[in-house]
Amino acid sequence: MNFLQPSTWAEALAMKAAHPEALPIAGGTDVLVEINLDHNRPDTVMDLTRVADLAEWATEDGLVRVGAGVTYTRIIDELGDRMPGLAMASRTVGSPQIRNRGTVGGNLGTASPAGDAHPPLLASDALVELASASGTRRVPVRDFFTGPKRNAARKDELIAAFLIEPATGPQTFSKVGTRNAMVIAVCSFALALDAGRRRVRTGIGSAGPTPLPAPEAEQFIEGELDWDGRQPPSDAAVARFGELAAAAAKPIDDVRGTAAYRRHALSVMARRSLGWAWQDYRVGWA
Amino acid sequence: MKHKVAVTVNGHKHEHEVEPRLLLVHYLRDVVGLTGTHIGCDTSQCGACTIHVDGKAVKSCTMFAVQADGRSLTTIEGMAKGDELHPIQQAFWDEHGLQCGYCTPGFIMAAAYLLEQNPNPTEDEIRKGLEGNLCRCTGYVNIVKAVQTAAKTMSGTTAGKTQVAAGGN
Ligand SMILES: Cc1cc2nc3c(=O)[nH]c(=O)nc-3n(C[C@H](O)[C@H](O)[C@H](O)COP(=O)(O)OP(=O)(O)OC[C@H]3O[C@@H](n4cnc5c(N)ncnc54)[C@H](O)[C@@H]3O)c2cc1C
Ligand code: FES
Ligand code: FES
Repeated sequence: MNFLQPSTWAEALAMKAAHPEALPIAGGTDVLVEINLDHNRPDTVMDLTRVADLAEWATEDGLVRVGAGVTYTRIIDELGDRMPGLAMASRTVGSPQIRNRGTVGGNLGTASPAGDAHPPLLASDALVELASASGTRRVPVRDFFTGPKRNAARKDELIAAFLIEPATGPQTFSKVGTRNAMVIAVCSFALALDAGRRRVRTGIGSAGPTPLPAPEAEQFIEGELDWDGRQPPSDAAVARFGELAAAAAKPIDDVRGTAAYRRHALSVMARRSLGWAWQDYRVGWA
Repeated sequence: MKHKVAVTVNGHKHEHEVEPRLLLVHYLRDVVGLTGTHIGCDTSQCGACTIHVDGKAVKSCTMFAVQADGRSLTTIEGMAKGDELHPIQQAFWDEHGLQCGYCTPGFIMAAAYLLEQNPNPTEDEIRKGLEGNLCRCTGYVNIVKAVQTAAKTMSGTTAGKTQVAAGGN
């Protein structure tokens, strides 16, 4: 196995151009498990943990640009106020040891339908910044996931960062699993209310070939909510929102759960999430 | 091709040439010769291999040794001071926080990180802080008690040490 260790971003992009087959490692919490289980035998790996740029975040034109190498621990500690949905999801990832090394960039790289960062990134309309030696492009996260464990990055590209607008309303994340800690989601649901634009955004995890939004549920409930008076939506509207969210999923039966269970759990999570978020909006959001 | 790895382990410097695919946990056990860090799984689930890298708890089976180049590592062997057990080690002993002991080094390193972050955790925070470690013997009740006891002695000891240092110098 060849080991590449770029110390700058420019060097990393040049190495990726020269060795498109090189497997990047950020926290290694997916890559090392694959190698240890002999599911993957890369000829060349490229350690990105020395690239300082990847571990930085900054505000840029009203968006927060977070380097792909920022760990979950730092997202929780440093960005929880600006991206509460992602921070909530980050708290459920693995354990302290995993959150100290694991990164959102790595979660996007793996592009598992069960990746916990994905639903809140969908619900925040995040952008993923991809870079190669020949240039940089920003892809809406809704277009980033192209299939199970497949994403829009080309062979010569690396994930540089993701960009998120600081929360403009309450955000929630919920996850169903077989135990409370260190669990791959059976299914998960993220919701973000955008109070200024009167929009509702969603993200569904582990219930389809890719993470998915539920656009019909979003459109439906945006029209039902009493944004000015802040009265609670009717029970019928909440129930319909849950049904539409579950209908957006494309679940399968697998070892973690059945498709029917996933749909049911999603409708419950969607209804509860809306309740929690609306309550926060009523009592607190300016 | 071999790569250089230079690390500080428990305050001592080590430098070796290693294959890039050598895991950090294997490096510590087989090259440095510190076998207190255990391996309990091949899926990074169990936490037996927990060590501190630059003060942060990590599973040493999720890193290649070459990635640790230049870092400062602490393993279970770095916890005791000579014959005097670290307060967390003493508390595991006193509270029967172990049976076979296989998971114990990992639990102690995870607990040390937890208490560093949060010196006075609630029971819930202790359970959350140790969520990355599995024990097949104890049922966790005594492990939680041990961390509670350690938290008490450590807040006491730190205050005591400060006084001694102030008085002694
Ligand atoms: C015990 C345990 C528990 C876990 N629990 C959870 C959980 O609860 N929820 C969850 O979602 N995940 C979980 N995971 C999986 C893993 O921790 C996450 O997917 C994490 O986000 C991966 O990040 P990483 O930095 O460790 O990625 P790595 O393992 O370093 O990389 C993952 C993938 O992304 C690629 N990659 C990394 N960085 C880049 C980059 N900058 N550009 C291009 N490609 C890149 C790599 O080549 C690889 O394909 C768990 C893993 C373990 C071992
Ligand atoms: S050996 Fe590292 S987590 Fe089990
Ligand atoms: S004491 Fe035996 S595994 Fe924990």
